[in-house]
Amino acid sequence: MKRTILLVTLALILILALSACGSGTSEPAATDQGSQSPATDSSAPLVCNDPLSCVEVAPGDPIVIASALVITGPNEQLGLDSQYGVEIAIDFYGPVLGHPVQLQAEDDGCSAEGGQTAAQKIVSNPQIVGVIGTSCSGAGVPASRIISDAGYVMISPSNTAPVLTDEATHQAGYLRTAHNDKVQGRAMAEYAIQVLGVKKAAAIHDGDPYTEGLASVFRDSFIELGGEIVAFEGESADATNVEPLLRTVAAAGPEFIYYPVFIPLGSLITKTARELPGLQGVYLAAADGVQSPDFLSAAGSAAEGMFVSGPDLGFANETYDRLVEAYRNKYGTAPLSVFHAHAFDATTLLLRAVEQVAQKGADGTLLIGRQALRDALFATSGYQGVTGTLTCNQFGDCADPKIAVSIVENGAFKAIWP
Amino acid sequence: MAQFDVRETMRLGLLAGVVAVTVSMVGMVESFNQRDVITRYLTLGQLLLFTAPVVAGFLTVKRAGDRSWRALPNGALAGLFAALPIFALLLLTLAVPTIRQQLVNVSPTLIRILTFDNGQLVGGLLMMAAMGGLGLLGAVVYVVPDRISDPISLAVGWTLLVGLLSEVLLNVLRPLLSREVVRFLFGTRGIQWQTAVIIFLILAIAVFLWRNGGRTYYQRIPRQVLHWLALALAILIVWIPRDFSWLPPSINPLWIKIGLTLIPLILEALLFFSTRSATQPALVKSITDNQLGRARLASRYLIVLLILPAILGVYLTEVVDNIGLFILMGLGLNIVVGFAGLLDLGYVAFFAIGAYVTGILTSTGPLGVAGLSFWVALPIAVAASTVSGLILGIPVLRMRGDYLAIVTLGFGEIIRVLAVSDLLKPYIGGAQGVLQIPKPVLFGFTILQPQHFYYIILAGVFLALFIAGRLRDARLGRQWMAMREDEDVAEAMGIHLVNTKLLAFGIGAAFSGLAGSIFAARLGSIFPHSFALLISINVLSLIIVGGMGSLPGVVVGALVLVGLPELLREFAEYRLLLYGALLIAMMVRRPEGLWPSPVRRRELHAEDDLAMQEPA
Amino acid sequence: MLKQIRDGDWISLVLWLFRAVVILLVLYGTVAKLFFGVGNAYSGRDWANFFISGLSQGSLYALIALGYTLVYGVLFMINFAHGEFFMSGTLTATVFVALPLSASGFLDRTPIIGMMLILITAMSVSMGVALLTERVAYRPLRRAPRLVPLITAIGASFFWQYYFRGLFGSSLIPFPELQVLQGRYTILGVEILKTRAVVIVASLIMLVGLYFFVMRTKTGKAIRAVAEDKDVAALMGIDVDRTIAITFATGAAMAGAAGVLYGLVFRQVVFSMGFVPGIKAFTAAVLGGIGSIPGAALGGLFLGIFEAIGPPLFLEGLGIPGGHQLKDVIAFTMLVLVLIFRPQGIIGERLAEKKA
Repeated sequence: MKRTILLVTLALILILALSACGSGTSEPAATDQGSQSPATDSSAPLVCNDPLSCVEVAPGDPIVIASALVITGPNEQLGLDSQYGVEIAIDFYGPVLGHPVQLQAEDDGCSAEGGQTAAQKIVSNPQIVGVIGTSCSGAGVPASRIISDAGYVMISPSNTAPVLTDEATHQAGYLRTAHNDKVQGRAMAEYAIQVLGVKKAAAIHDGDPYTEGLASVFRDSFIELGGEIVAFEGESADATNVEPLLRTVAAAGPEFIYYPVFIPLGSLITKTARELPGLQGVYLAAADGVQSPDFLSAAGSAAEGMFVSGPDLGFANETYDRLVEAYRNKYGTAPLSVFHAHAFDATTLLLRAVEQVAQKGADGTLLIGRQALRDALFATSGYQGVTGTLTCNQFGDCADPKIAVSIVENGAFKAIWP
Repeated sequence: MAQFDVRETMRLGLLAGVVAVTVSMVGMVESFNQRDVITRYLTLGQLLLFTAPVVAGFLTVKRAGDRSWRALPNGALAGLFAALPIFALLLLTLAVPTIRQQLVNVSPTLIRILTFDNGQLVGGLLMMAAMGGLGLLGAVVYVVPDRISDPISLAVGWTLLVGLLSEVLLNVLRPLLSREVVRFLFGTRGIQWQTAVIIFLILAIAVFLWRNGGRTYYQRIPRQVLHWLALALAILIVWIPRDFSWLPPSINPLWIKIGLTLIPLILEALLFFSTRSATQPALVKSITDNQLGRARLASRYLIVLLILPAILGVYLTEVVDNIGLFILMGLGLNIVVGFAGLLDLGYVAFFAIGAYVTGILTSTGPLGVAGLSFWVALPIAVAASTVSGLILGIPVLRMRGDYLAIVTLGFGEIIRVLAVSDLLKPYIGGAQGVLQIPKPVLFGFTILQPQHFYYIILAGVFLALFIAGRLRDARLGRQWMAMREDEDVAEAMGIHLVNTKLLAFGIGAAFSGLAGSIFAARLGSIFPHSFALLISINVLSLIIVGGMGSLPGVVVGALVLVGLPELLREFAEYRLLLYGALLIAMMVRRPEGLWPSPVRRRELHAEDDLAMQEPA
Repeated sequence: MLKQIRDGDWISLVLWLFRAVVILLVLYGTVAKLFFGVGNAYSGRDWANFFISGLSQGSLYALIALGYTLVYGVLFMINFAHGEFFMSGTLTATVFVALPLSASGFLDRTPIIGMMLILITAMSVSMGVALLTERVAYRPLRRAPRLVPLITAIGASFFWQYYFRGLFGSSLIPFPELQVLQGRYTILGVEILKTRAVVIVASLIMLVGLYFFVMRTKTGKAIRAVAEDKDVAALMGIDVDRTIAITFATGAAMAGAAGVLYGLVFRQVVFSMGFVPGIKAFTAAVLGGIGSIPGAALGGLFLGIFEAIGPPLFLEGLGIPGGHQLKDVIAFTMLVLVLIFRPQGIIGERLAEKKA
């Protein structure tokens, strides 16, 4: 047993070393991305010498990528938003080495079993080059294992659970452009203590791994920064009467309440909290689960003045403006959530990596090595995406750790920190 | 002769139109329009929209019962009526252009689809004409002699079905066919027109021949020949080249194939010799013959079942695994609800307990307590579920009917809420679940792929079928059924109600715990929201749709209610809407279930008047 | 006889133990909370507020529970789709009446007429959905085994939920706020949010109204007759189908009204809003004694109050973290406790024996 582990470790180190060298050499190719494929030798027949396997795309055939996002159920806004981001990214990127790109959209159901099924469906199609997904971390855990074991690669636009890129549990084919919960929860704690100067805070979650994780990180960081958590409560996501909960929280005397939940519960808590005499003057704060126009319209004037942490959407780059414009034109709505930008970046990264590593034959056939694709993605460094400057570490965290705290002002989110 | 009942025509036509306009307004037409049934010629959205007038035309003429050509205008009229609601919708969008603020799915795209891209007025008229024509078509189907219309409508139906399920087919065929052939037959999201034509022609001709004398020819073929043909077919299925890459490296696929071929052949040989040397009395002989005959039949099914994962490929095997887990749960709940008549709405609790016990005992993560192997944890998990089934049983012993239903529902919710709670988080992970559950290892080989789990689940299902079948026919089973019919009478007959009820709860829970245990190992991670009330509802639905108390019914129910929705993943957003409609339609058409148990069927049909008195 | 006693013995023992443990836990928690001040410090006003919040939630449950009870009374079936009747009316009324009226300012100028319009729309849509469901999914199955209508009810529940999702989308729809209902009343030194007070009063009126409808009118008599015995009722010249339809419609109208009140209190509606209140109301109906109208009312109030007051009172007293998460556990444990003591519910009749 021990010997096997030793052998595996040695092999892993070897592979890592090799891939590091490999990515080192492919760096120049990455910079002149406008030029055609690096390994084009049109006279010789294409040979797959990838350690995993290769995808062969015949002349005229599309390059197929898959998405595994939550497009049904209560969290569908999250997944649909990302899917729109993926579709726009494909449109913007245009054909890759002369091949159109086609999306196979799957549903991760925002659950472990949904993620499992979607992943199995994806790996049953050998033509799929890479996957954008999953939406929910719970789905990401089994999906990342299946996708990685099958030699595929996936980039999640909205998984934030720390466990997915943890050293002990990271799967070889998993990357994400979403920020780790560790970053976001901490950012809110820092803002509360350093800017608002509060000492006592309460946190509420709804039993979803995402909200519970975020609330826990907030709690730990807040305590670490010298504050006191006076209440840490849970409520079910489909609750209606949150008044008793808020009265309990109020009795604990917090100066700041953090509830990183989704829109229905979030707006309910916001509205009820504004009505309770015991909570007047207490800061309310939520996370990117509610960063959506839907929330603003549902919570109405009660949301005014509350804080929302989330990825810094003041991307202030021209591509993002074009993205939002395309979004409005194509889907007839303002962005439903915040992760379309991350999905856009994830898709662009994937297509760009395909373009880098594909070998192109004389007749236009493409041969895409799966290991080479992974290596190219993990080697991403200093890429200017719409969500910031992306650099992937060895465990797949690619996001620009830029978290902003916004305030709701006149029915809109306005970034105020940092 | 021709009965022109305009009001009836109008009623049917408008009804069909309302259905068509409804599916448009909820967005089904638009979103299904992205899915081709026949590439470039027919989308699923169009199919949905245009089925309504055809059915309206057909039904109108059928109601009138007139098979002459004079009935045709009636059908066309029904089609026109069917177009009216759509026309009204189009006018509404003209009158209130901001209607999309209220009805989110009345989008410009939908209007383009409904008007063939021609603007509301012109397009609306075009739509009316088209619908009228389709109504006429529906009428024609009825008017034309069955000899011709039957093969054609059957063939059309099957062709469309193939188009609908093209993805499944593609999954099975992809490893067999070269890429060129695949591209010739399948589009990216549907079948090509060539395929449609080929399937249509083959089916139409086959049905036509069958109806016109083919059947008698078939009946003349000696049964022996048919038997050998079937056997040859089963063996052929085994020998078609397959993807066996999931097999453990130490096993050569060739051995498997040879082994699977030999099973039925040895049986045949046995049968052959047993009939040869038959000098026993006739009765004994017939029994052995009968048994061997059944074994012969079973062996054919068995080899197909055993080779199935290689045929289906990774994704479809995953689907079958899912179905298998639901069959396991269904068999368990069938004991509680179907045999013993105790309505249990919290069945998912035992599934959760099985999964959590396995997870905690085997996990290598921080929550793992023992690091046991799956094979040790499995019986412990089953035992834990059984015990919790007994514990639940005690407080509800004296409750009946709907009181039982709500208490069990509550029990399921209590377990789920506790699993997600902060209270138990240090022990079972709370919202973050239990992670790093290792895969089972069997003789040094890791059970990893869906194909591997398939065999575990298959074994589990066979075991459960065996146990449930034996229990049903045993003393205990008869006690359960007596209790189901009337508790007081059963008690008066000397049946020990307490033990009988508790055994039903315990054994039912054990099956669910087994399913939960496999579920945990298969996923490698478990989260509390995998154990929602919806699972209990699904399992209950599948046993009732299959036919309460019937073992094959459970299998059929699971195939329909778990397998079908999974295969029709395109319906994604509308899956539950269709699921609901399907539940209603199936139950209204066949209240006794798709495959009722013989007892039940007899009861339902013999005691129609009795059932009235019972507050059913 | 002897045998029965012997068998019954250990079961009774276990049940007594269960009761004793639960009651002791509750008592211990309460005492620890009230007299030894475990956990947060609540003032008397806080407790009153917990109570009132529970009361208003409970009156919503009660209104929905009526539908379950009525239908159960006549058909002995659990109408799982009842929560969807509640949702359908409210959603439609919000989108087509409440929001346009609010946008035009009509609602704030003439709140009474505006609310009436919303109520009427919601109640009629709920009734329409209920009648359609009854006609298509239940009526053909009058003679089927008793679990079959349960399955069609589940099917209808899924169908309506996703049907309305398709119509109005899946996003949260804000319910307009009424200016007259902002702020609080002060009664006996306790401040009550106006919306809560309105909900409590309105549901009280409707409960009493319904009670008189069923007890004093001819239609009510017919409903009771059908509930007693369909065949005999038919012999007495009562149109059974029509009476059952009326029962469904009445229950659905109550649910529609409850939906509008829900909108007033929580100010947001969505397609999935019916499911959880539906389950809770069903629990309430059983708790009170299914088939009985006062029972449903009492069960609803009980449930609402326990959910609100249980977590801060005895869960905190027991030192359990995150108590509000566990309110469903409290609700269902209470249910089991009540049913062990009184298998027919708080004020149910002893019909459970044969009919259930």
